[in-house]
Amino acid sequence: MKVSSVPFQGTKEQEAKLLEVIAKYKGQKGALMPIMQEAQEIYGYLPYQVQKIISDETGIPIEKIYGVATFYAQFSMSPKGKYVVSVCLGTACYVKGSGAILEEVEKVLGIQDGGCTPDGKFSIEVCRCVGACGLAPVMIVGGDVYGKLTPDRVADILAKYE
Amino acid sequence: MADIKVTVDNITVTVPEGSTLLDAAHKAGIDVPTLCYLRGINEIGACRMCVCEVEGARALVAACVYPCTDGMVAHTNTEKIKDYRRKTLQLILSDHDQDCLGCVRSTNCELQALCRRYGVDNTNYYEGKKNTFTIDASSPSIVRDNNKCILCRRCTAACEKYQSIGVIGANERGFETYIGSAFDLPLAETSCVNCGQCIVACPVGALHENDSTAAVKAALADPSKHVVVQAAPSVRVGLGECFGMPIGAEVEGKLAAGMRRLGFDAVFDTNFSADLTIVEEANELIERVTKGGTLPMITSCSPGWIKFIEHYYPELLPNVSSCKSPQQMFGAVVKTYYAEKKGIDPKDIVSVSIMPCTAKKFECGRDDQSAAGVPDVDYALTTRELGRMISEAGIDFVNLPDENYDDPLGESTGAAVIFGATGGVMEAALRTAVEWITGQELGKDLLEFQDVRGVEGVKEASYKVGDLEVSVAVASGLANARKVLEMVKSGEKNYTFIEIMACPGGCVNGGGQPIVPSNIKNFIDVREVRAKGLYDLDSARPLRRSHENPSIKKIYDEYFGSYGSEKAHHTLHTSYVARKVNADHE
Repeated sequence: MKVSSVPFQGTKEQEAKLLEVIAKYKGQKGALMPIMQEAQEIYGYLPYQVQKIISDETGIPIEKIYGVATFYAQFSMSPKGKYVVSVCLGTACYVKGSGAILEEVEKVLGIQDGGCTPDGKFSIEVCRCVGACGLAPVMIVGGDVYGKLTPDRVADILAKYE
Repeated sequence: MADIKVTVDNITVTVPEGSTLLDAAHKAGIDVPTLCYLRGINEIGACRMCVCEVEGARALVAACVYPCTDGMVAHTNTEKIKDYRRKTLQLILSDHDQDCLGCVRSTNCELQALCRRYGVDNTNYYEGKKNTFTIDASSPSIVRDNNKCILCRRCTAACEKYQSIGVIGANERGFETYIGSAFDLPLAETSCVNCGQCIVACPVGALHENDSTAAVKAALADPSKHVVVQAAPSVRVGLGECFGMPIGAEVEGKLAAGMRRLGFDAVFDTNFSADLTIVEEANELIERVTKGGTLPMITSCSPGWIKFIEHYYPELLPNVSSCKSPQQMFGAVVKTYYAEKKGIDPKDIVSVSIMPCTAKKFECGRDDQSAAGVPDVDYALTTRELGRMISEAGIDFVNLPDENYDDPLGESTGAAVIFGATGGVMEAALRTAVEWITGQELGKDLLEFQDVRGVEGVKEASYKVGDLEVSVAVASGLANARKVLEMVKSGEKNYTFIEIMACPGGCVNGGGQPIVPSNIKNFIDVREVRAKGLYDLDSARPLRRSHENPSIKKIYDEYFGSYGSEKAHHTLHTSYVARKVNADHE
């Protein structure tokens, strides 16, 4: 099964919130997308357990939900880490070699773009231009911006985060 | 609706308003090629095989969804159109596993047929990336091979629209799109009911049954095994199609002859156990009615339906008859009564069934289906698998003589043979139950319960039986079953007895039957044609009530004692389990 290696840690409160959302849309046509969007706001992502709740409560086959979740880039099946690592692949950063930065981040963390480390600490997201082209190539870790990067600095930077 | 005139390839035809160009072309005697189109369930105009030219239209149109207008002039066969279709086929082939030689659908593949028609061969027209997928053979019934999938979505439409299940659908997008289940769960771990409607919807070899012919052939070659075969009612109006005979051709006698020539030690008929099912089920119904049991009682013959109710309506399981299906009753009788009579250890008997069904493969592996301590049925083959075995053996099926089924498990009545059509089990049960309740024989004109016949998705009828008001419903296709169950749950309807078959039209249209190409089944109701063969057999039978079957009387005299006896319960009845729609995963 295609699941995140990060164990599901949904709480009773989150589930109650999701049930409220589903109740709000009860009987409405075309409610699946907004339910999924709000579910993702609650949990940060849409793992099997969350899609199962939506399916069980609405009667919509879970495959249909999964089909929508994999069709649109806005939905994620992987949780966000405690620290989100954003590598800029915008034109300026890319020209300055951010592709190699991303490869290095993936290598150091052992996960792919879009994934999350099994301990839930880091997740990787590529982004397109953060407006700091003068510092290209740029990477953001948990809100801290690192510019003029070279791949050999990546491991040290990531090691600073507990 | 008003009629309109349309000219297709210089032939002017009159069609009702609302007709598509595909319909008009059909009326003009022209077969416009289609791949994704399945009437009623998949009208999405996606594959572009059916493109045609309409005078005045900006671009080529998809005939399957293009509405005709009065005076419209269309062309279906110009060089431009053929070029376009050829390119479409080449593009499909560029991401298709061209394993035609070894493919189970070779010579019965819609893509292959169209490639031949338009002169498209296995030249590598477009270099580039090809998707590769792992084959999912987790299910005992259905194998999914996405390497051959052309993304027409006919399977997902069948699953969702006919069956209201939707365990398979399109995942991802663009070139990465594939048909799969949620989180890529193996089919066996989903709430798939194994009905196989996806298989008979598939135009290519992306879906097929989990083949058991090798195991059966090994058993036939093993002299220490006594190999017994039974064939279900619907097989006799389906198998002929595997050998080029007309749809619905009745081949009851040739079927017996063909199975005998394959080397089965005894050639029996599931019709026998259909009669057995009726006497046990009618007895159960009367007991429930007179002793205040759970009503409505619902039939249990269709294993796709059983798995459906276990997943989706487990709270209604007490309503399901505890009778095993005819396949399983047959196997149980073979390994108990027959084994005893013949003096054979049940462990040395291999019990094979020929079924119009893929869910039967799942059913024979269920718990509580082993009356003699070994499985009642060892291998369930589809009609198609039997067809392949007969072809491989070089048997000239079409010219086989008619032969009889072996005694004592080959004798049957007309009530049994109609099991294959939706409403047939209901009618057979009514013939017996009404006579038992009233103590009077039904006259010939009353023997046929016409209200429960026909391919309608939900049928209802009420009968006055003695002092009782008996209200019945018949549903085929699980989306229709769902409608009936919802009415039962809400209390809107108070039925006494309900028949449900998983496949639309019943077993004649089962997921194990020969596959009819879409350009035929979009215009002919295969269900009706095959069912007619069964009703003709029924009306020609000297005995038409299950309880009149002499072999049934004999088996109760010699073995079971009475209907619903303890021994009958041990051998012929079973139990069910509640399942979830979506399993729990950590």
